[in-house]
Amino acid sequence: MAEDTKHLEVTLETQVESVNLAEEMCLRLAEAAGFGEDECYRIGMSVREGVINAFHYGNKEKPEKKIHLAIELTPEKMIIHVTDEGAGFILKDVPDPLAEENLLSTSGRGIFLMRAFMDEFDVVKAETGGAEIVMSKRLPGAGSAPSNGSGSGGHHAGPHQGA
Amino acid sequence: MALHLTPRDSGLITVVDASGRITLGDGSAMLRKTIRQLVEEAHTNILLNLADVDYIDSSGIGELVSAYTAVRSKGGELKLLHLTKKVHDLLQITKLFTVFEVFSDEPSAIGSFK
Repeated sequence: MAEDTKHLEVTLETQVESVNLAEEMCLRLAEAAGFGEDECYRIGMSVREGVINAFHYGNKEKPEKKIHLAIELTPEKMIIHVTDEGAGFILKDVPDPLAEENLLSTSGRGIFLMRAFMDEFDVVKAETGGAEIVMSKRLPGAGSAPSNGSGSGGHHAGPHQGA
Repeated sequence: MALHLTPRDSGLITVVDASGRITLGDGSAMLRKTIRQLVEEAHTNILLNLADVDYIDSSGIGELVSAYTAVRSKGGELKLLHLTKKVHDLLQITKLFTVFEVFSDEPSAIGSFK
């Protein structure tokens, strides 16, 4: 890891409170990194959705399992990893919440929101065997962000190497 | 910020004033409980005033959809009033604007119920 990269890792319990905790933690880091209000909202929402995904779909709300949150702050971007201890999933198998038949679904929008709100988004197989969500947002003034069409294919932010 | 829901009658319509966040946990549960109770009491024409709700996550969106289908299944309607920009944008990108009827003034919203 480059010397000018800051790194933070937290292990969270599989409980609802972890969702708010992770969101608040990342919001503070994003604010300190210079992101504006709108971008902080998008980052906070994405972290929230990542942890909800790990809590509900990955760890199946089992309290003996953990959620691993890691944040890297490079000179170019903020990279967030959310890893669960579930069975993992294939990103392309996730139903499109914008499809007519899914519009009235009461779940299944978290992945879509993360994709829409972050510059890069991907899901890889974690060392735990579970899913590792990797998403990033370019820092203000770090150059133009890569385009990310809502609901389109994921962009690879790189799997977590530091856990 | 915890979600607060205050139902009030406006003729045959029930207006529910909401404030706070509709998110996983208490917020979503509170919305579910309130809508379920209104439906059980045969209040199935509901206008949900979201003027003071500036944050909804995917769980909250799911709960809004669930409320919509619950009310419709009883022959009623659930419409939305006074969306904040964030909630407006969220409904737009999730295409739920094509599902919900959304209003920016209460008299028009009340008058739209059949």
